[in-house]
Amino acid sequence: MFLAQSSPFLKPGLSVSKMMMVVTLLMIPGIVTSIIVFGYGVLVNIILAIIFALAFEAIILYLRKRPVAVYLKDNSALLTAVIIGVALPPLAPWWLTFVGLFFAIVVAKQLYGGLGYNTFNPAMVAYAILLVSFPAEMTTYWQTPATLDGQSLSLLETLNFQLFGQLPAGMTIDALTSATPLDIVRTSVINGSATIDEIHAEGQAFGQFGGIGTEWVNLAFLAGGLFIMRKGLISWHIPISLLATLGFLSLLFGSFELDSNPSPLFHFFSGATMLGAFFIATDPVTASTTPIGRIIYGAGIGALIYIIRTWGGYPDAIAFAVLLMNMCAPLLDYYTQPRVYGHKVDERDNEESS
Amino acid sequence: MSLSSTLSHLWPFPGGIKLTSNKTLSNQQSITAAHLSQQLIIPLSQHIGQPADATVKVGDKVLKGQILGYAHGPVSAPVHASGSGIVTAIEEHLVPHPSGLSSLCVFIDTDGYEQWTDCSPLISTEQNISELSNEQINEQIANAGIVGLGGALYPSAVKLRTAEKMHTDTLVINAAECEPYITCDDVLMQRRPEEVILGIMLIKKIVGAKQCLIGIEDNKPEAYQALLETISGYNSETHIEIIQVPTRYPAGGEKQLIQVLTGKEVPTQGLPMDIGIICHNVTTAAAIYHAVYRGEPLVSRIVTITGGAIKHPQNMEVPLGTPIRDILNQAGMDESKIEKIIMGGPMMGFSLPSIDTPVTKATNCILVSKKGELDTPPPAMPCIRCARCSDSCPMSLLPQQMYWYAKARDLEKVQDYNIFDCIECGCCSYVCPSDIPLVQYFRYAKTEIWDDERERNKSNIARDRHEFREERLEKAKAAKAEAARIRKQKLAKKKALNDQKPLEEAKSSDRKKNPDKPDSADLIQEAIARAKAKKAQQQSKKKNTDNLTEAQQKKIDEINERRRKRSEDKKSAT
Amino acid sequence: MLSGILAFIALASFFGLALGLAAVVFKVESSPVIDQIDALLPQTQCGQCSFAGCRPYAEAIATGDAPINLCPPGGENLIQSLADLLDVEVLPLGEEEDAFQGPIVAVIIEETCIGCTLCIQACPVDAILGAAKQMHTVIESECTGCELCVAPCPVDCIEMIPVKQTLKSWRWPEPLYNANNKEADTIFTTLDQVLAENVRP
Repeated sequence: MFLAQSSPFLKPGLSVSKMMMVVTLLMIPGIVTSIIVFGYGVLVNIILAIIFALAFEAIILYLRKRPVAVYLKDNSALLTAVIIGVALPPLAPWWLTFVGLFFAIVVAKQLYGGLGYNTFNPAMVAYAILLVSFPAEMTTYWQTPATLDGQSLSLLETLNFQLFGQLPAGMTIDALTSATPLDIVRTSVINGSATIDEIHAEGQAFGQFGGIGTEWVNLAFLAGGLFIMRKGLISWHIPISLLATLGFLSLLFGSFELDSNPSPLFHFFSGATMLGAFFIATDPVTASTTPIGRIIYGAGIGALIYIIRTWGGYPDAIAFAVLLMNMCAPLLDYYTQPRVYGHKVDERDNEESS
Repeated sequence: MSLSSTLSHLWPFPGGIKLTSNKTLSNQQSITAAHLSQQLIIPLSQHIGQPADATVKVGDKVLKGQILGYAHGPVSAPVHASGSGIVTAIEEHLVPHPSGLSSLCVFIDTDGYEQWTDCSPLISTEQNISELSNEQINEQIANAGIVGLGGALYPSAVKLRTAEKMHTDTLVINAAECEPYITCDDVLMQRRPEEVILGIMLIKKIVGAKQCLIGIEDNKPEAYQALLETISGYNSETHIEIIQVPTRYPAGGEKQLIQVLTGKEVPTQGLPMDIGIICHNVTTAAAIYHAVYRGEPLVSRIVTITGGAIKHPQNMEVPLGTPIRDILNQAGMDESKIEKIIMGGPMMGFSLPSIDTPVTKATNCILVSKKGELDTPPPAMPCIRCARCSDSCPMSLLPQQMYWYAKARDLEKVQDYNIFDCIECGCCSYVCPSDIPLVQYFRYAKTEIWDDERERNKSNIARDRHEFREERLEKAKAAKAEAARIRKQKLAKKKALNDQKPLEEAKSSDRKKNPDKPDSADLIQEAIARAKAKKAQQQSKKKNTDNLTEAQQKKIDEINERRRKRSEDKKSAT
Repeated sequence: MLSGILAFIALASFFGLALGLAAVVFKVESSPVIDQIDALLPQTQCGQCSFAGCRPYAEAIATGDAPINLCPPGGENLIQSLADLLDVEVLPLGEEEDAFQGPIVAVIIEETCIGCTLCIQACPVDAILGAAKQMHTVIESECTGCELCVAPCPVDCIEMIPVKQTLKSWRWPEPLYNANNKEADTIFTTLDQVLAENVRP
């Protein structure tokens, strides 16, 4: 028994493991909605991702001579795996998940020093690498949302396709999948082939208020996100400033060119916006830590999401936006240090000039 | 009347945490008296600054309240006997300190008579304190050995004298007592409010403050009511306001309380006096009352004995020096249940190295927890930079950064992140999901920095002394060489004189020829000798070029050669 | 082609000028490296580095004649800070790796001292008081623990003892107990020790 520890001797009993677990559990509404909309592929992705993540984590921890059980129980690999599982195309082949988790856990996390030491969000590193390396697989395996098409796969059929690439007789991958709302909007707008109104009329991209299908997924993630925010597991700064910036920019540019800019609501409720705002951008390890830093960090991601979605080469932008802001986090932390009690506001400037 | 005009609003402090107070365990009973222990162990250092100088010898008979050690130096406080008896030893003994180290203590075997030494009160409660001079009161406080009993342990008289000199217009009385479990200030205010108020008035008079703000957490309604009633018995000229502050740890931190009550911030590395404020604890005020109105030095204090492993949690008035074991036994400790024994509260206290350590002026609470009541944190996980620590820091520090640099032992960087503004309140460690002992890291870094500073000072002194010694040796060597030369010179002169004798005789015949003409040859000789001596002296001043080793000579030659060459080069260039 | 070359020349000269100006305008005055090294050395003047005192060793380090790991009293910390200062590799402490066990001071056993003054002459910081045929004594606060007085003493009456820790000099231990290091060396006491009877006179 150890007695002479330093004060304090009280603990509220919140651990990293618990934090990560609660955040993971609060993704369930979003996941369930995702499964309803995109089929069982999401579930298969998540389960495969969790298996790969824990396996990679265990192997690397063992090689690094770290206590394997302790770090497996911290649930950080679990959270990363679930995020990747949700973010990947629902019909992604198993090896895509495998490669993704390899880069997430082995390269982005453990090679940087493991939990707490990684500079970049592991899940987003994986996503970005996959998107760059396997653009076809990453964009074409989006199952057509259930709301649009009656044709879907059973769990076994999905498994069979993802593991062995075999579809039931008479089904083609093209018939099963379709471009995501964000993709449709971007391609049409860039090509100038259609205006927002025309896309609306086609009914392939816009749902009730956001992207077709994805709107419900985003709504569910928003609900879960608001709950973890209420529980104090994440601070309000990053999600709120992210969404505010994204909304502001889409409103601003939307008011100039109504034809080619979808509304803020579309931006909020399509793609991975809510997942990104509440579950990805708030990853504590790679985000900024000071209050002002966090606001700038969130705003930066929001702005980058808008910029990349509108003018960039990729349909969605969470991964790149988050990774770019990850790079800025240390700088933000340094330059946004709060004024310490009893210090004058301009003290640091004086120090620097002297 | 001033007390009815409550402050229009309070200023919140950033961060802080909500804690379960656990105060009702011990704040419902009246103050009990501790049984007299057979032996009192009175440390000579119970305050910040130099330890007191022992004035008693082994075998001396001492009375209660008799001085045992005088204050040593400007920042120090005397120590008094807290019971009558015989001094049996003056030696090192374990003291209540996280280090578990010993310090010099006076051991008294009590005789049970509790015979007091002469107590001379300055004034009675019927009199008006305006009859007293500040110096009189201060003297009395200094002699009573009163120190900041809120935990700072700074000699009160020294603090009051400084405040008197500076322009201090607000007296803040800290009655917040924000730590869980501790209730000694609470019951003091509940049971002896008049002592507190009279003590406050004395402090207020000395520092010349225009107003006095008593800050009390709103979880102590009884104490608040008691003070309010007492103060209404005095006229409105007292300008004392009692203000309830929201219960939020650490509202009782000096800097936080000042911020909450006045909206001002104590400048970093400064004192509250720099912004015209002085802060004292209620217990200190009561001790000042005892010193002035009863003439009693600080020989006892109220100690909260509480926790799940104590059968009868209570507040006890304990003579200083009473072994903690005795008061724990009196309150009934259940040895089978004990998990931790902590002096102070669960947020800022420390585990006692032994229960045979004495109660000192700093002992406000002994917390004896049962299993599961307090936490032993699991092994620390890596920091995940969740920033819960910086969100909870009442000083707006960035504990996650300080931790990073403290861990790397980058002491300069740690100071850049203002580690010395850390008040060690423990909020950061409390909220840390990785169970990192942040406060211990900061204490570690602070003591390392102080140690480095001591080392640096010591090495500077050593360097100076070494250089001085080198210089001295050099001088001694030169002086020796000089002496040798002079001796040689004298010898040579003597020899020369002897040689010249025949010549002189010849010259004397010349002198005879020209008797009024001075002896020129003689003069010349003398002049030559003088010049030679002078030259010798100059040469000997060149000192360390004698006794050269071959290598050194070679080097010098080289240098000379280089010099010559350079001057030649120059010449040829022009 | 030509415009490209011109542009690069213009850029090069502009940045060259800017850098040159910056070097002049923002020149950092620094004290000579010997002083900086000397300031880091513990000044025990013990000569364990084989140089006659700390300054000569500092000079030798500055000229590159001596490695940075010759100073046992400075320990690992010194090597680390020297390596940082000089931007060189950290070296393990030379030869007697476990020789330095914390600060020590010399103490003269007064009954044995014959007053020969040999130790006084050996002390590099004049920390020993005394005169011929008088008992000598070490000024503890000035002693650097260099042990140079031990060898000359003809009657072996000088002992090196560890400096006693006081409440003021005590340092909080570094918290080493964590998930990677559960067997970390801790100074923790057990409940039994806390409750155990401590003998009082």
